[in-house]
Amino acid sequence: MALAEQGVLERHGVVLIGASPEAIKVAEDRELFKDAMRSIGVDVPDSAIARSLDQAMDAAGKLGFPLIIRPSFTLGGVGGGIAYNIEEFREIVQRGLGLSPVHEILVEESVIGWKEFELEVMRDGADNFVVICSIENIDAMGVHTGDSITVAPALTLTDKEYQRMRDLGRRIIRRVGVETGGSNIQFAINPADGRIVAIEMNPRVSRSSALASKATGFPIAKIAAKLALGYRLDEIPNDITRLTPASFEPTIDYIVVKVPRWAFEKFPQADRTLTTQMKSVGEAMAVGRTFKEAFLKAFRSLELGNSGRLFGQTAPGAPFEHEDDAALQQALGIPTDRRMWAVFRALERGWSLDEIHRLTHIDRWFLTQFQQIVELSRSAAAVGARDLSDDLLRELKRAGFADADLARLVGVDEDSLRARRAEAGIIAAYKRIDTCAAEFESFTPYMYGTFEDQCEAEPTPSAKVAILGSGPNRIGQGIEFDYCCCHAAFALREEGYETVMINCNPETVSTDYDTVDRLYFEPLTFEDVFAIIEREKAAGGDIACVVQYGGQTPLKLALRLQAAGVRILGTSPDSIDLAEDRERFAKLLWDLGIPQAPSGTATSADEARDVAATIGFPVVVRPSYVLGGRAMAIVYDTAALDRYMRHAVQASPEHPILIDKFLEDATEIDVDALADGTGAVLVGGIMEHIEQAGIHSGDSSCVVPPFQLADRHVATIRDYTRRIARALNVVGLMNTQFAVKDDVVYVLEVNPRASRTVPYLSKATGVPLAKVAAKLMVGRTLADLGLTEDLTVSGSFVKTPVFPFVRFPGVDTLLGPEMKSTGEVMGAAESFGSAFAKAQMGAGQHLPQQGTAFISVNNRDKAAVVPIARDLVRLGFGLVATRGTAAYLRAHGLETAIVFKINEGRPHVGDELLNGRISLVINTPLGRESFFDDRTVRSVAMMQGVPAITTLTGAAAAVSAIEAIRTEGLSVKSLQEYHAENQKPTESRNG
Amino acid sequence: MNAVLALEDGTWFRGKAAGAAGETGGEVVFNTSMTGYQEILTDPSYSGQIVTMTSPEIGNYGVTDEDVESRGVQVAGFIMRDQSPIASNWRADGTLRDYLTRHNIVAIADVDTRALTRLLRSAGVMRGVIATGKVDPADLVEKARALPRMEGADLVKDVTCGEPFDYQPPADDGFRAPPDRRSGRRLRVAAYDFGMKWNILRRFAAHGCDVRVYPASTPIETVLATKPDGVFLSNGPGDPAVLDYAIGHARALIDADVPTFGICLGHQLLGLAMGAQTFKLKFGHRGANHPVKDLRTGAIEITSQNHGFAVDPDSLPDQALITHRNLYDNTIEGLRHVSKPVFSVQYHPEAAPGPHDADYLFAEFLAAMDARA
Repeated sequence: MALAEQGVLERHGVVLIGASPEAIKVAEDRELFKDAMRSIGVDVPDSAIARSLDQAMDAAGKLGFPLIIRPSFTLGGVGGGIAYNIEEFREIVQRGLGLSPVHEILVEESVIGWKEFELEVMRDGADNFVVICSIENIDAMGVHTGDSITVAPALTLTDKEYQRMRDLGRRIIRRVGVETGGSNIQFAINPADGRIVAIEMNPRVSRSSALASKATGFPIAKIAAKLALGYRLDEIPNDITRLTPASFEPTIDYIVVKVPRWAFEKFPQADRTLTTQMKSVGEAMAVGRTFKEAFLKAFRSLELGNSGRLFGQTAPGAPFEHEDDAALQQALGIPTDRRMWAVFRALERGWSLDEIHRLTHIDRWFLTQFQQIVELSRSAAAVGARDLSDDLLRELKRAGFADADLARLVGVDEDSLRARRAEAGIIAAYKRIDTCAAEFESFTPYMYGTFEDQCEAEPTPSAKVAILGSGPNRIGQGIEFDYCCCHAAFALREEGYETVMINCNPETVSTDYDTVDRLYFEPLTFEDVFAIIEREKAAGGDIACVVQYGGQTPLKLALRLQAAGVRILGTSPDSIDLAEDRERFAKLLWDLGIPQAPSGTATSADEARDVAATIGFPVVVRPSYVLGGRAMAIVYDTAALDRYMRHAVQASPEHPILIDKFLEDATEIDVDALADGTGAVLVGGIMEHIEQAGIHSGDSSCVVPPFQLADRHVATIRDYTRRIARALNVVGLMNTQFAVKDDVVYVLEVNPRASRTVPYLSKATGVPLAKVAAKLMVGRTLADLGLTEDLTVSGSFVKTPVFPFVRFPGVDTLLGPEMKSTGEVMGAAESFGSAFAKAQMGAGQHLPQQGTAFISVNNRDKAAVVPIARDLVRLGFGLVATRGTAAYLRAHGLETAIVFKINEGRPHVGDELLNGRISLVINTPLGRESFFDDRTVRSVAMMQGVPAITTLTGAAAAVSAIEAIRTEGLSVKSLQEYHAENQKPTESRNG
Repeated sequence: MNAVLALEDGTWFRGKAAGAAGETGGEVVFNTSMTGYQEILTDPSYSGQIVTMTSPEIGNYGVTDEDVESRGVQVAGFIMRDQSPIASNWRADGTLRDYLTRHNIVAIADVDTRALTRLLRSAGVMRGVIATGKVDPADLVEKARALPRMEGADLVKDVTCGEPFDYQPPADDGFRAPPDRRSGRRLRVAAYDFGMKWNILRRFAAHGCDVRVYPASTPIETVLATKPDGVFLSNGPGDPAVLDYAIGHARALIDADVPTFGICLGHQLLGLAMGAQTFKLKFGHRGANHPVKDLRTGAIEITSQNHGFAVDPDSLPDQALITHRNLYDNTIEGLRHVSKPVFSVQYHPEAAPGPHDADYLFAEFLAAMDARA
C-alpha cells in the first residue's frame, strides 16, 4: 500500500494483480468498510461518534447496552472499554474523551458473546465465486480469531443461516472489489435471533486461509496466484481428484480443530486476557472423524506436557483440588489462554452447561461435546484397567483419547495400554483428506488418523523415510524447522526414497500435500508417530525416521522410537542424548581437552549455593532439558540465586538445575557444521553474535563472516567443531555455540541437529545445508557431494531477531538469556554496516539518520560508551543523557544535554520521547533500583517506534550501520549474484 | 440400542440406533452436503432411499418446522457418523433424534460413513436394510437382495398431492434470499407435483407468482384449460422413463407452446418428451457443491443436486439444446427446446439445501412468461 500511495508502482509501470489498492483500502479501513457494507445492505454493528458526554448519552439511548467505547487515536485502544450499564458508560466515556487527543470516541453496539464465523472465499476474473471453507470460532466474539479455538466446517448453522452468510460473502467480495483471489470474511451472529453482521474482511491470503487450505486440501494461495494471472477457476484442475476442476466448493467428511499456542510463560508481566489483539505465537491443527476426536487430538498436539492435561485437574492432590467457585467463575468468565482447562474443571465439578454457557458464551453444542468427553473419562476411571471392556476402550479411542491419557485414567502405563489395545484389535486407521468427501478417488495421500474400520493409507513397499516435523510454532521453535523438514523431503526424494511427513502445524510448507509423497497430519506424540510407522511398515518396505529436523519435538521421541525398534537416521539418539546431558557432555569435552565454562548441577538451594561458591559469580542458571532458554537467568549474588531456586523452578533429582559460570562480556559464536559417516566434517559457517554473552542466541543478531573475531580463534573454533562432531559420531547437522573471553575459546553447548541458523546460513552460503545433511544421513558422503572445503560467503549477512513486544504492552523489552523473539530477518550487503542496517530495516527498526540520541548506561558500560557517543556526534547527532552518564560524557569532551529521569521531575525523558525529540535510545540495564525507570523508557520508545538498544555491542553496530547508509547508501543485489561471486575461485574470504 | 446396516453385496456395518426402532429397506445413497439434513430428510425425491450423510456431525442445530420441504420425512432410512444429542439453535423446536423417532424413521449412527461412501462410489448405489436391536446381518443381506429395484418403479404416485391446491406463502421468515427479478404483474403458474420441494413454491412466491399445484395424474387439458402463464414440472423420486403419463404431459406442453420450466425429474421428463433417453448414474449426484457451467454465458454456479438418473447426451434429438453441463462429469445439467419456450435443469435452483447461485432460472422463467403475456 505504501508503494501505491507514494506512486512508486505507477512510476515504474507496475500493476497490482488480484486486489487493487482501492479494494485493500475499503477492506482495511474500518469506517470505509462499514460504509461499503451499508451501501449494499449488509448489516454491521451499529455505532456513533461522540464528542461530548451528551452526544454519547444520545448514542447509548439509540444503541442499547452493552456498549463498546473506543477513544479515537489512542495507542493500542487505551482508554476503551465495555459498559454494561449507564454508570459504567458515563465513567468510560469521560475517561475516553479525556484520553483521546481529539476528544472523540466511537460508541459501538457490542457483539461480544455472539457466535463468530469466517468464510474463506475465492473469486476469479469472470466473477465466479466459491466458498472454500467455513470456520466456526468456539470462543465467541471478543476474542481475536487467531486466539480462538476454531473448528471447520461451521457446525451450528442451519442451511438457511449458512447460505445467507454465503450470499453476503459474495456481495461483500464484489463490493470491496477483490477482482481475483482469496479473501477471509468474518461474521457475527446473534445466538438469540440469528441477526448476522459483517465484522471485517481481509482481501488477501491470511493465517485463516492457510488453515482452510490444510483443512480442505484446497490450496488457496496457489490457486489465487493462478487466478491473478488470469486463469478462471474452471481452467485449473483439482490436484487431489485430478479429474475435477477447482471451480467447486470443498466438502469435508471429518472435523478440523485448531488451537492457538501462546507464549505467556515467556512474558510473565503480560496480561493473559484474550482480546481483539492477537497474542498467540503459533497453532496446532488436528483432524478427526468427530469433533471430540479432533478436539482431543488438537490439545495433545500442543505439547504442553503436564499443563496440557484436561482431565483430573480437580482430583485430590491436583493443582485445582481446592479452587473455589469464585475463582473458577472468573477463569470461565474472562477469556485467557487457560480458559478451556477451566471449562473442563467446571464440567468435572458438575457445573451445569447453562452456567458454563452463561459465563463463556461457548455454544451449548460444543459444551455438550466437552461434557461427553468428561463423562467418558469418568467411565474409564471408574472401571479401571482390569475391567476395561473392549467396547468401552473402542469408544474411548474413537472419541480421541490418547493412550497416555487413558493409561493415567485407568491406572496403568502407556505401553500396557497400547498392548491391551492391540490385543483387542483397536488400531488407528487412516483416512484421506480429498476435498470431496470420497465422492471421487483421491490421488494424493494426504491423511489423518482415526479409529474407524477402513484404512485408506495404502502404503507402498518402497524404501521410505519418515520426517518428523516440529509441531506448533512457539518461541524457540518456529518456521526454521519447517524449512529444514521441506529440504529433507526434497533431498530424500532426490535420493530415491519415498518421503513421509508427520506434523500438526497448519502454518507450514512441509504439510503441503505436494511437498512429500505421503503426508500425515497428526500430533507428534509417541503414540501417533509410532502408529504411522507401523502402518507404513505393513506393506513390507524399509522405513527409517529423521528426527534431526524438527527441533526438540522429535528429539523427545527419538529414544523411545529407537527402543521400539524404529531405525533413526543420522546421528544416533544416544549421541543426541549425550550432548543434552550436562554431565556426560562435560566428560566428553574434558576427554577432548576442550575448555568449557565451569559448571555444576544442583537439586536443591543448598547445593546451588555450593556450586556457585566453587565456580564463582556471576552464573547462568537453568533447568535441564529446556527449549529457548525457558526459565533461564543470570544471577550475580547469593540472594538472587536463592530467590531463583525458591521461586523460578522446582528442582528435583530427576530435574536438576544447571549452573554455569557466566562468561561476562564474552563474544558468542554459533557454528553449523555437516558431518558424514566417514568422519568428514565441514564447517558451514562461523556466525559471530553482535550482542555479547548473556543474550539468548535466538535473540541475538549475528553476522557471517565474523566481523571482529581474531583469525586464531576462528581456527580454534574450526578445530573444536571437527573434534566434537567426530567424537559424537555426528552424521548430518551439528550446531555448536562458543564463547571467546580473554583469548580462550569455550564451548557453551552442542546440538547435534538442525538449528535455527540453518536456513540463514544456507541462504548466505548458497549451499542448502539441510538438504546436504539429509543426503549424508542416508549414506552419501561430503566427498560424493563435492563438499570438501569449509563454506565461504561473498558479502556480509546479518541475521536479526523480530520481537512481539508491541503485542504485550507493559512487558519489558530488555533482552536476556530467555528467548523472546518470534522470527528473524536477514540483511545482505557488501559491508557489515550496510548488512546490519538492512537487517534492522527488515525487522521494522528504522535507524535514524539524524536527531538526538538519548544515552543512559550503567557504570560498568560508561567507559565503553564514549567512543560510540563520539561517533554519533561525528555523524551529526545531538546527545542527551541522564545526570550520571551526561557528567561522564562531558568529562570526556562530549557536549551532552541533561534530561530528567522519569522520577526526577518534568519534562522527563518519557516526555521528550513522546514529543518526538529523541530519535535513538541507548540504554543498558542499570540494576534493580532503577528498573522501573529503564523499563518505562524502553516501552515508551517502543510505542513511539524509536529504536531502543540495550547492549553496547548492539549500539556500536547500529552506529556503523547509520554510517554505512550515509556513505554507501543501500544497494540491491540478489542472493544469486552473491552466490555467483562466491563460486569464483578467489582466496578464502572468511576466516 | 445397536443397529445394523446390511447391503445387497453382503457388506454390513454395525452401529447404534439413531431414530425409530424397527427395520427399513431402500436404495442406499450418499449426500455430501455439510448443512441441510432436515431439508434432505423431507425432500420427496428421496422417497424409497436410505440417505447417508458424508458430513460426520449431524443433528447439531436440531429441527424446525420452518425448514421442511414437504409434509413429513420422506427418506426410507438415515445413516450418520455421529448424531448430536442436543439441538443448539435459536430456531430449533426439537432434536433430530426425536424427530426421526416421531416420524417413525429407522436410522443408524456410529457407522464408518466414509467407508460406505467409498463402497457406493466404486460399486454403485445398492439396496440395503437397516434394522435395530438384536439382528442377524446375514438375514438383512438377504432382505436387501429381495427389495424391489428403483429402476422401472413409479414412486411418484406415493408422494404427489391428492388434490389440486393454491399455494399460500408463509410470512417472510427473514431467511429468503431476494429474488433476481419480479414480474410487473402476478403471474399464474401451474405446477405438476411429482414430489415437489416446498422451496420451489417459496421461490415462485418470492418472485411474485401465484402457484396452483396439481397432482401428477391430472390430465394436461385440465391444467391448460385454466390458461396459466406457465407450467412447471417438479422434481420427484425414481425412474423417469416409466412415467408415461407424465412424459405425455411434457409432450403436450411442448406442442401447446406454453412456457414450461422443469427441475430435476421435470427436466428428465422434458428430455424424454423431446425424444431423448435417460439412464441411471452409478452413484448419482447428491450434494450442494457441484459446479455447473452455463454454456450460454460461461458462468459457473455451485449447485444443489439430487438425482440418480440423467438425460443421455448421445440420444439427444435436434430440437433439444444443452444449456448447462456438470463440470465434475460433463453430464447434462440443463436443456432448452430449440424453438419453444421450454427449458429445464437437472439440479435444484431452489436450493434448500445448497447455494442460491441458480435462482436466476426462476427469473428466466418469469421472462418467458412475460414474453407470452
